[in-house]
Amino acid sequence: MATDNTMKVNLKVWRQADSKAKGEFKLYENVETTPDTSFLETLDILNETLVEKGEEPIVFDHDCREGICGMCSLFINGHPHGPAQGATTCQLYMRRFKDGETITVEPWRSAAFPVIKDLMVNRNAFDQIQQAGGYVSFNCGGAQDANAIPISKVDADEAMDSATCIGCGACVAACKNGSAMLFVSAKVSQFALLPQGRVEAVKRVKSMVAKMDELGFGNCTNTRACEAECPKCISISNIARMNREFICAKFKD
Amino acid sequence: MAEINSKIPEGPVAEKWTNYKAHQKLVNPANKRKLDIIVVGTGLAGASAASTLAEMGFNILNFCIQDSPRRAHSIAAQGGINAAKNYQNDGDSVYRLFYDTVKGGDYRAREANVYRLAEVSANIIDQCVAQGVPFAREYGGLLANRSFGGAQVSRTFYAKGQTGQQLLLGAYSSLNRQIKAGKVKSFNRYEMHDIVMIDGRARGIIAKNLVTGKFERFAAHAVVLATGGYGNTYFLSTNAMGCNCSAAIAAFRKGAYMANPSYVQIHPTCIPVHGDKQSKLTLMSESLRNDGRIWVPKNIEDAKKLQRGEIKGSDIPEENRDYYLERRYPAFGNLVPRDVASRAAKERCDHGFGVNNTGLAVFLDFSEAINRLGIDVVRQRYGNLFDMYEEITDVNPGQFAKEINGVKYYNPMMIFPAIHYTMGGLWVDYELQTSVKGLFAIGECNFSDHGANRLGASALMQGLADGYFVLPYTIQNYLSDQITVPRFDPNSKEFMDAQAKCEKEQEALIKIKGKRSVDSIHKELGHIMWEYVGMGRTKESLETALKKLKELRQEFEKNLFVPGTVEEGMNVELDKAFHLRDFIIMGELIARDALSRNESCGGHFREEYQTEEGEAKRDDENYFYVGCWNYQGNDEKEPELIKEPLTYEAIKVQTRNYKS
Repeated sequence: MATDNTMKVNLKVWRQADSKAKGEFKLYENVETTPDTSFLETLDILNETLVEKGEEPIVFDHDCREGICGMCSLFINGHPHGPAQGATTCQLYMRRFKDGETITVEPWRSAAFPVIKDLMVNRNAFDQIQQAGGYVSFNCGGAQDANAIPISKVDADEAMDSATCIGCGACVAACKNGSAMLFVSAKVSQFALLPQGRVEAVKRVKSMVAKMDELGFGNCTNTRACEAECPKCISISNIARMNREFICAKFKD
Repeated sequence: MAEINSKIPEGPVAEKWTNYKAHQKLVNPANKRKLDIIVVGTGLAGASAASTLAEMGFNILNFCIQDSPRRAHSIAAQGGINAAKNYQNDGDSVYRLFYDTVKGGDYRAREANVYRLAEVSANIIDQCVAQGVPFAREYGGLLANRSFGGAQVSRTFYAKGQTGQQLLLGAYSSLNRQIKAGKVKSFNRYEMHDIVMIDGRARGIIAKNLVTGKFERFAAHAVVLATGGYGNTYFLSTNAMGCNCSAAIAAFRKGAYMANPSYVQIHPTCIPVHGDKQSKLTLMSESLRNDGRIWVPKNIEDAKKLQRGEIKGSDIPEENRDYYLERRYPAFGNLVPRDVASRAAKERCDHGFGVNNTGLAVFLDFSEAINRLGIDVVRQRYGNLFDMYEEITDVNPGQFAKEINGVKYYNPMMIFPAIHYTMGGLWVDYELQTSVKGLFAIGECNFSDHGANRLGASALMQGLADGYFVLPYTIQNYLSDQITVPRFDPNSKEFMDAQAKCEKEQEALIKIKGKRSVDSIHKELGHIMWEYVGMGRTKESLETALKKLKELRQEFEKNLFVPGTVEEGMNVELDKAFHLRDFIIMGELIARDALSRNESCGGHFREEYQTEEGEAKRDDENYFYVGCWNYQGNDEKEPELIKEPLTYEAIKVQTRNYKS
């Protein structure tokens, strides 16, 4: 709904020319916006003024702006995806901030997610973990009728909750250990809960965990920061399930 | 005039696909290994095609502009996917899905393609379940369904309000398996700029590495575009920010026909525009129309008070509400197709019944559903959508507001139509090949199977049908005589020239150094398109649009400002300018096509051509064809219109009726 109130905020933004450059914070004062404007639209407004002045706009990842593609990131005032619970940065609206507030904006900070430019990071490690085993091995064309295997609604719903992960990396950014356990366990859980995924469950959990370790993600020490900051509210019970799956898999070795 | 051959197989419509598969040419496994295919895009169509072709043994080069294939905009589809499974025992069949789709498309789709789509729809659900897609289920363990617009059966499969996400993650998982197997090489943060032609065939692409800003050359035996639609021509749409039509326009410039560009879908249930700083519009899933009722006040005085903010929707009792869709279309009610629902909302708002301060919104109300089912059930169905709405507007639609005469009223949502999907796109024959040899187009990128209007939950169906079940067959018919063709050298003259041309174009954009930012010109483009080529078009409005678009193109060429130099690496503004250049061309194509089509059908509504009741009035005698636009060598020259006549054998063409 439209309102006539405008508000001004100061944006303290991390600027970094490329992956090798030394970055620094830059303060942009009195950015004019409204409470009904989204946070990313406020960055658009700032960028528009930067372009008008012939300066380089701030680079940040974004795409769907509906909270589902997982492209947007940003560490805002010390929180991945900012202060709103269960929402991504693109779903964050300026009414969450006070008029005149100084808002600090940083990229994800993690060894496994190097900065590409400004607020944009490289999350290729997540793809590599999925490639290690986040699938059911079968070729298109040979599937049986979809209703041939009944699946309890409880299991299907729980698998769906795990599958809701958008792969944004907030869990890694939130974790003091830079652990990707929430992300990995969400995929492991989805398949562990479904009969289609059980066939390869043992192999899957071992290869995905091994890849995660190889890529430099830290370990889980149950601080639950990931769960608290996850924009999709993925539960850490997924981590418990993955640990169970992992131990069982190791016993089979 | 150029020729057009849609290559529709012989035989009755129900046997065409079976016949085609029985007689098409195949490539044997040893030869598949020798053939490379470029797939541009990783949405439902792109990812499913890339993974399936790789499973078959072809070598795939797969490109996406995002940082991961999983981010393609298919992920944002909320409601569901149609399939003729008849699991609900409610009379569904392949024929009925085919019929509903053709009728929903206002009899402007190609019959044979739509029948094939309906035929393979059931296999898609099997495929996805086998991948571990967690579709919604009943307590007995079988799959659940819901209803969508334009159908009287429940054939829509869904995964909460995130069906597109789950289907895309399914396709992405299959793609990942092939990446690991080394059969797919994945190029993320790459954008295709041009198609390389050798001896009249598409043999590769020039793609820009968006991180380094450098162009790279890729060769293959065939090129597949799965690059989505052109909705962002209108600036504000439900498309993702990165969605663009530059790949399709590059194909158009190479001689691929652009078909039916005027068929643009305006989705009835989006959150209304709030201000001029807005960057995109948010869709509220069509599934809400299963239980939500759309209304405006009966009395103009109530509407005026709403517009001034003196009263709220919940202050208006039942008897003073006009549920105009239920009133006008008793048989389908709130579940009429999207084009019909959008126009009906515009009609009410044009008469002054809009319900927000701009007068450009209607209510979507859940009071009846909550009173009937309880808030818990309603929240279970739509909770995530309610939350999304609240985050954006600060209003919780499920919240109890007041009781009038013993009836409980809850906060309604406000909605308004917005650009959502484009039915038009690159012309393809039955084999999904464009008019350029070796160049294929799948998913929203092609003009496809939706005619003049797409039914809800059919985009996911079409994208996956093309990628999993159609292209992997039809492309072999093309590749079968390519097995002796050796791999092309990406350092050959054709490739080097194409790259030099891309570099020159980028340099030209950056060197303009005018006064206007990309976004400011794009907003102006969007304004022209929405105002003159939007929901209601006239001859005059379209002529005005063409004139204004020509001026805008000149403004772009003379007064654009892109910061930086070509030597720098990443330049986001430069990439946006590249998209905008092609959006303007696309805008002209949309307007030109709309002007040439003197009838109303589906998403294309010409105000001169309507019935007394305000319904779209088709002209089957003169416009029963696919309008294909053929590029004439440069952007200045008006493209040539080529007509592919439609022939219907199985379905009797009649006036669409959702009233009885």
